[in-house]
Amino acid sequence: MADSHLLRLRDDAVHDAAAVALADHQQGDTAVQLAPADDARALIPHLATLHRIDIVFLKFRDGRGFSSARILREAGFTGEIRAVGDLKIDQLGFLVRAGFDAVRSDLPFDPAVVTRTLQRFAHVYMKAADGRPPVWALRGA
Amino acid sequence: MYKYDEYDQAIVDARVEEFRDQVQRRLNNEISEDAFKPLRLMNGLYLQLHAYMLRVAIPYGTLSARQMRMLAHIARRYDRGYAHFTTRQNLQYNWMKLEETPDLLADLASVEMHAFQTSGNCIRNISSDQFAGAAADEIADPRPYAELLRQWSTLHPEFSFLPRKFKIAVTGSDTDRAAIQLHDIGLQLIRNDAGEIGMKVLVGGGMGRTPLLAHVIRDYLPMADYLSYMEAILRVYNRHGRRDNIYKARIKILVNDLGPAEFAAQVEAEWAQMKPLGLDAPAAELARIVAQFAPPALDADAPADIDLSDAGFANWVAVNTHPHKVPGHAIVTISLKAPGEIPGDASADQMDLIADLAEQYAGDEIRVTHAQNLVLPHVRRADLFTLWQALVGAGLATANLDRASDIIACPGLDYCTLANARSIPIAQKLAVKLAPQEADLGELKIKISGCINACGHHHAGHIGILGVDRKGDENYQLLLGGSGAEDASLAKILGPGFDEDGIVVAVEKVVDCYKALRSDPAERLLDTYRRVGAAPFKEAVYG
Repeated sequence: MADSHLLRLRDDAVHDAAAVALADHQQGDTAVQLAPADDARALIPHLATLHRIDIVFLKFRDGRGFSSARILREAGFTGEIRAVGDLKIDQLGFLVRAGFDAVRSDLPFDPAVVTRTLQRFAHVYMKAADGRPPVWALRGA
Repeated sequence: MYKYDEYDQAIVDARVEEFRDQVQRRLNNEISEDAFKPLRLMNGLYLQLHAYMLRVAIPYGTLSARQMRMLAHIARRYDRGYAHFTTRQNLQYNWMKLEETPDLLADLASVEMHAFQTSGNCIRNISSDQFAGAAADEIADPRPYAELLRQWSTLHPEFSFLPRKFKIAVTGSDTDRAAIQLHDIGLQLIRNDAGEIGMKVLVGGGMGRTPLLAHVIRDYLPMADYLSYMEAILRVYNRHGRRDNIYKARIKILVNDLGPAEFAAQVEAEWAQMKPLGLDAPAAELARIVAQFAPPALDADAPADIDLSDAGFANWVAVNTHPHKVPGHAIVTISLKAPGEIPGDASADQMDLIADLAEQYAGDEIRVTHAQNLVLPHVRRADLFTLWQALVGAGLATANLDRASDIIACPGLDYCTLANARSIPIAQKLAVKLAPQEADLGELKIKISGCINACGHHHAGHIGILGVDRKGDENYQLLLGGSGAEDASLAKILGPGFDEDGIVVAVEKVVDCYKALRSDPAERLLDTYRRVGAAPFKEAVYG
C-alpha cells in the first residue's frame, strides 16, 4: 500500500535500513540520521558507503536541516537525503532545492498539492543544490 | 529604475498564485489557522488588533509614479483610503480582508511589486539610502547591489527558516542615511587603492531588546564575490544562531557570544568552501542591473539661483532640500509629519498627487525614507517653487525634516498586537508642542516605539521614547543620546518612566535644559548631551 507520509523524488529502490544516530555511526553503516544540531560535515569522510541520510526536523521552523542537506550535496553525496519530521507541504520547494529528494512527514501529503507545489516556480533566482540554473544564467544565455 | 524582465515577472506572478492557493486551502478549511499562520507571515500578512495588516515590500525604498498610483488605488479599493509608510521603507495597509489579499497581490504584481518576505524568519526587504543615485556625497548608487541581493534572497531555499528575521542595508556614502550599523548586515560601498568599488561588511547590529552596534568583519569585499560571502554569513548564522530563546536568536547575539573576530573567522572558513561553487552572479548580470539604475538625463547647466523672496518657500528649501550631484538640481523631502497627523500616513489622494509631481518634476522616481517621509530625488531648482505650491495645496509642504516634529513612531497599541503602549498620540502631542520652537532647536531626532521590539527606533533617537506596560498602564521611558547615522550610538534610559502627559512634559524639560546648556546655536541636543552627559538632563527632568 502506498505510504502517504513518504514522498520520494528518486527512482532507485528504497533503501530501508534503519538509520543510526550520528553519535553511533560506525564504518560500514549505510543509513544515518542527523539531528538538527549535528554537524553534517562529520559525515563527509563516510559518504561513499552511505545510501541514505535522514535529516530530522523537530519543528518545521528550525531550518538547520536545509544547511545540512546542502552541505552534503556540495560534498558530492548522491544517495538519498530524506527530510523527516515536522514538515509542511509548502516547504517542498525549499527542501528539493536544498538537496532533499525524499520527505517523510508527520502529516500525510495531498498528492495534488504536492504536484502543484513542485511545479509552482518555473524560474529560480539563486544557485542551490538541485542543479537548476538561476535566472542570471538564463539571462546570459 | 530596475525593470522586471520575463523571469522577474514570472516569479512574482507564481508567488501570487501560490498565495491564492494557500488562502483557498485556508478558506476551505483544508488547513488550520495554526498551519496557515506561517504561510501568511511569509507574505507579510499579519493578524493585528482589529484586522489583517499587509506589509508591501518597497525594495530599497524606490518607487515609480505608476507604482505609487497603484498603492493609492489599493488604499481605496482594499483599505480605508490611506496607507502607512514604515521605518523599513515599506508600506502597510491596516484594514485587510483575507479573501481579498490574493487579488491585491495580483494588483501589486501588475506594477512589478510584491510582499515577498516582508515578515517571517527570513531575509527581509533590502533597505538603502533614500538619496541613492542623487546624493552629492556618494561614491556610487548602492541600489543595483541591493537589487541583486533582493533577487538572491527571494525564496532562498537554505535561508527561509532562519533563527529569526534578517535585515540587510546597503549604502554608498560615508554619511549614513541607511543606519547600516543597526542592521544584521550593513554594507557600505567603498573604493580600494586600485579605485575598484567593493564593500565594507558590518555584521551584528540591531535594536530590539538587546540593542547593539554592528562590527566590521571585512574592510573590503570584492564586488564579484559578495553574494557567496553573504551565503557564508547566512550559513554560519543558520547553523549556529540560537534557537532556544526568541530574544537571543538574532545574529547580533551570535556575533557577540563568539566575538567579532571568531565570527569573522568562521565566515571566512565557510566562504572558502562556498566560493568555488559558482554562487556569484557573473559581472554581466551586475552590469545589466547597474545599467537600469542610470540616472535620468539632467541638465547640468540648469540654473542654480532661484527666487527665495517668499519666506515660507525659502524656509522649506532650506529645511527640506539637499544638494544634488548635478548642479542646478535638488533632492526634495516631502514630510509626512504635519504636526498633529499620524507619522508616515498618507492618503490615497496625497499619494496620487505625489505620483503626478514625481512624473512631472522628479524623473519619475519617489523614495521612501526610514524616517517615514517621501523623497523626490531629481528636481530642477527652477521647478522648486511650482512644486512647493502644489505640495502646500495638499498639506504636504511641512518644513520640518530632521527637526523636533519630524518624529518616527511605530503604529503602537492603536494597531499592533505586540505593542504595550500607544505611540501615535505621543508623537502627535509632542509634534504640536515642539513645532513652534523647532527652528531654534535645529536637528533633533525623536523616535518612539510602543514596545521593546523597537520598530520606532527609540534606541537611535537623540530623544527616544519606549512605551512599556506597567501593571496594566501605559508607561513611557525616556532615553537620550542615540543616533542611527554615521556617528551611531545607543540611547540610554534617563530615569523612571512617565504616563502619557508626563512624558510630554519631560521632553519639554529636556529641550529647555538643552537650550540653557548648548555652547552655541549650532550645537545639536545630541552633541550637548554627549558633551555634558546625562546628569544635567536628569536634574532638569527629575530634580
